Amino acid sequence: MIDLKKLTIKSAHEHLVKGDFSARELAQEYLKNIAEKNPQINAYLEIYDDVLAQADEADKKIASGQATELTGIPLAIKDNILIAGKKASSASKILAGFVAPYDATVVSKLKKQNAVFLGRANMDEFAMGGSTENSAFGVTRNPLDPTRVAGGSSGGSVAAVAMDGALCALGSDTGGSVREPSAFCGTVGLKPTYGGVSRHGLMAMGSSLDVIGPVTKTVTDAEILFNAIHGEDKMDATTFPENIYPKKDANKKLKIGVPYEILKQDGIDPATKKNFEDSIKKLESLGFEIVDIKLPNIGYSLAVYYILMPAEVSSNMARFDGVKYGLHVDGKDLLGDYLKTRGTGFGLEVRRRILIGTYVLSTGYYDAYYTKSLILRQKISDDFKTAFAEVDAIATPVVTGPAWKIGEKSDPLSAYLADVFTVTANIVGVPAISLPSGTVATADGNLMPVGLQLMAPHNAENILFAIGKKFFGE
Amino acid sequence: MITTEDIKHLAELSRMEISDAEVQKLTGEIDSILGYVGQIMNTTGDMSREVPVLHNVMREDEPTNTTGEFTEAILANAPSREKNYLKVKKILGGNSDDII
Repeated sequence: MIDLKKLTIKSAHEHLVKGDFSARELAQEYLKNIAEKNPQINAYLEIYDDVLAQADEADKKIASGQATELTGIPLAIKDNILIAGKKASSASKILAGFVAPYDATVVSKLKKQNAVFLGRANMDEFAMGGSTENSAFGVTRNPLDPTRVAGGSSGGSVAAVAMDGALCALGSDTGGSVREPSAFCGTVGLKPTYGGVSRHGLMAMGSSLDVIGPVTKTVTDAEILFNAIHGEDKMDATTFPENIYPKKDANKKLKIGVPYEILKQDGIDPATKKNFEDSIKKLESLGFEIVDIKLPNIGYSLAVYYILMPAEVSSNMARFDGVKYGLHVDGKDLLGDYLKTRGTGFGLEVRRRILIGTYVLSTGYYDAYYTKSLILRQKISDDFKTAFAEVDAIATPVVTGPAWKIGEKSDPLSAYLADVFTVTANIVGVPAISLPSGTVATADGNLMPVGLQLMAPHNAENILFAIGKKFFGE
Repeated sequence: MITTEDIKHLAELSRMEISDAEVQKLTGEIDSILGYVGQIMNTTGDMSREVPVLHNVMREDEPTNTTGEFTEAILANAPSREKNYLKVKKILGGNSDDII
């Protein structure tokens, strides 16, 4: 019996190399746990039928002394990342039956290490949402309280790790989709620098915002998984060579900026705010210098995000036409095919965002909405540049409160407002990490986790790892 | 203030059939979302400043795969095909039931 609860990528690797258990035994243990818990939690949409065969390949590699850190490590992959020959649906009906023709770059990197892909994880349809309630295949429940959401859009990836149904997972983050569910389920979630991880083989949602990121139990594990997937890729022109951003030294005494002003806004749960203040005190006691910083335009972030993102969504979703792949619903002519396929294949939230995006890109509204958003995006980026001249990292809460009850946020705007702290890192393109920072009591008396978010300058994930490891004493 | 007619027009532009009941629901929701994001409309600034920050990364237009490497895997996903072609309804005029 392997104690999955305590297992990390690092410790599992040591056990595998020492021969305490095999990759096959480890995979079997996870499959057993998934069979027991997934019917309730719905973290996985599919468990692959070749898991043990993959594990056997990993065992061969271990036996030959060629094992690397991720060899034999069982993981979950978000349903919008392609694995050749396997289904990928972005949790949408419109991709019914779609089989990936090639491997995403992140997948081929993990395959080279013989990591073990357990299955594809549930998500909000096309990554649009923060609760996995927008999946066409049912909500993912929070393993810590199944009456609550796991968060989203990478809710399945995160719940898989939180229920010990995977040792780690990959998600994607467009406005907080790795960090927010991580905060809700008590895992570590990293949104890398924009362009830091190749998106070749990731279904596009907001192309100026999307990035693939790891979900793990420790900061050390997040670093291991990030190192495995990051780097320049000729298949994705937004990836960059290492020398494009100045290196940051993580070994000096680090300064952490806190934009105290933005914590004064309404809508932040008092217990979550208190937890954040306690985390800052803890960072201070660990030897970090805490500085009050100003980010004058950050109040516009959420509005900017909910203009740019739907604009990009409306463009990216144009490819789903019932001709090239997935669902086809017959109409009276070709136009009718489009109307019916897209009208029935897309869920309500996807259609809502396509409509908003189409509106803000229309003649007459383009300048008022889209152009103004681009100007503000630049101003917010300037604010961050100024702040990072003074501090090495910026701390905020991850979300305004703990995981909400399933069905509680039925009004879309109220759900959008929960993203207020996470969207900025995507707008600016900087890396950000969600660290579990303890629990808060909810109205029904449960203790639910909340997270501390740290942001760093472009390509300075090393700063986030250094602070995170110290925060947890890793 | 966005109207039900606006929503119907946007649905047409984006090629989605939406029921009348949903048009009603979406009109209210989208109106409140646009009300919220509209706070940015009074921003002033210069768009040209964006140019030095973002730039295009170009590469030679060379094939990254061998001919036919992915053809079958890609076409196998098509709802309707004939040999190596995607099959769609007639695009221009005439009897719309004709398949070409």
